[in-house]
Amino acid sequence: MNPLTDNSGKLHVCGACCTRLEQFGVRLGARTILENINLHMHCGELTAVIGPNGAGKTTLLRAMIGDVPHTGALRFVHHDKVESSKPLRIGYVPQKVEIDATSPTTVMDLFTAALTRRPVWMGASGPVRRQAGDALERVGAGSLTNCKLAEISMGQLQRVFLALALVPVPEILLLDEPVSGVDRAGTALFYETVSRMRTEFDLSILLVSHDLTAVAAVADRMILLDHTILCDGVPREVLLSPRIRETFGFGFTAEEIPEQRPATVALAHMESRPEGRKEPAL
Amino acid sequence: MIPVWNQMVSALPLEWAQYGFMQNALLAVLLVTPLLALLGCLVINHQMAFLSEAIGHSTLTGLAVGVLLGLREPVAAVIGFSLLLGILVVCLRRFSAVSMDTAIALLMACVVSLGVVLLSRGGGFSRYSRYLVGDILTLSDAEIVRLAVLLGLVVLIWRLFFNSLFLVHLNRTLAASRGFGVARAEAGFSILVALVVAVAMPWVGLLVINAMLILPAAAARNLARNTRQYTVMAVLFGMVSGVLGLVTSFYANTATGATIALWSSGFFVLSIFLRRR
Repeated sequence: MNPLTDNSGKLHVCGACCTRLEQFGVRLGARTILENINLHMHCGELTAVIGPNGAGKTTLLRAMIGDVPHTGALRFVHHDKVESSKPLRIGYVPQKVEIDATSPTTVMDLFTAALTRRPVWMGASGPVRRQAGDALERVGAGSLTNCKLAEISMGQLQRVFLALALVPVPEILLLDEPVSGVDRAGTALFYETVSRMRTEFDLSILLVSHDLTAVAAVADRMILLDHTILCDGVPREVLLSPRIRETFGFGFTAEEIPEQRPATVALAHMESRPEGRKEPAL
Repeated sequence: MIPVWNQMVSALPLEWAQYGFMQNALLAVLLVTPLLALLGCLVINHQMAFLSEAIGHSTLTGLAVGVLLGLREPVAAVIGFSLLLGILVVCLRRFSAVSMDTAIALLMACVVSLGVVLLSRGGGFSRYSRYLVGDILTLSDAEIVRLAVLLGLVVLIWRLFFNSLFLVHLNRTLAASRGFGVARAEAGFSILVALVVAVAMPWVGLLVINAMLILPAAAARNLARNTRQYTVMAVLFGMVSGVLGLVTSFYANTATGATIALWSSGFFVLSIFLRRR
């Protein structure tokens, strides 16, 4: 299947498909984790979600995936205004997956488990081998096919998960703090790859992150979340809003916020940030 | 089927192979060890080794309940109780904030003491000590058939649902994002472990059943380069230590389950050294 066509074979039209959260909420027992979330995300758009610990960022992603029950609606409207009746195809890159050191699971095992009905213990079939090879090649991880997950670096592991999340090409890609625990070079490479994939597949991306200024540079739009959406706009606008200080206890000045630019340049900025100037742990 | 097997084994030019109980035991070992080894692979993947230990020990309480109810075949109560515990743990996992190992330790402590109290009423605990060490030499034909059916069931589940069980362990949200039924897989697996442990317990012995579940897979883990090798090696380690253990116990006149577990431990130690190279 051509990656730029959907199941019906039609070509995606940039920015016209829309993933919608309407009156979305999550309740766990008596506790309300999320409420009144209304959000439209278009393809090709990268939306960053920021917020304090316990704000419900990860829960938002898990609820969209269906791992946690939610209220309200999650809909996907095609570029031709036809609402998809099938469940949303979601790509998901998890946060810091713990792989125990003796785990024999290989990258290929992961792809076989996720993409086929042939049990992993029977080994990978030819077609899935090719499919995985192509997917890994795209994110520059082609050489890792037969490596154990426990033996590759955090950054490589996250790119493997990214490669997997893009097979088949999803209607929305969810990234849950994909670079926590990844070193700087790995972080740069990861964001660069995400950026390239975004253009190539016209992806709509929802990215949860702790590194406020770094995502400001890659995101088209930023959402400040604390049980509900407190602030929604372009990153600069959101980071300069008084809501930020109310939520985090610190604010930004205009000079501290990087211009929005392609990921590679944005990360060069990160690299050059003086070591001493660390953001407070959130 | 079983008479054919007995004839085949007796054709072996070995002393132990001439005894009917050893022929049955060999068949039982060749059914139980791959069964436990297969399950062990995922038990370790799921980091559930402690849970399966708890379920193994709780079979004692199941036994006690069975005896108390006056069942002639307390194994039914053992199975029922293990399943109950499996379900209880699934619920704990889902709805409780207690850390998993604490929850299991608590549960195990309560359940085992209850079992010992019930069985030791009137000072009769020693009657039940055969369940502690197991007795694979007294298996009846019907019980062998039961083990074969269980192995068949596990192989079928491994063929149909392995990927789901595998991925759910790796990352449950990732599995959910790919449309796998996460809750179903988690619950199903715990229940399957409970069932297998309960059925195998009287023959393998409560004290060593977890060793036979965990050791072959742990040894395989040290050597395997991927999941396929992991599974194959675990089954091989399990079966080879099973046969060696059975024969050793025949000549040394020791408890079979524990002897098998010792062979498995030997393979595990060997695997550590082979890994170093």
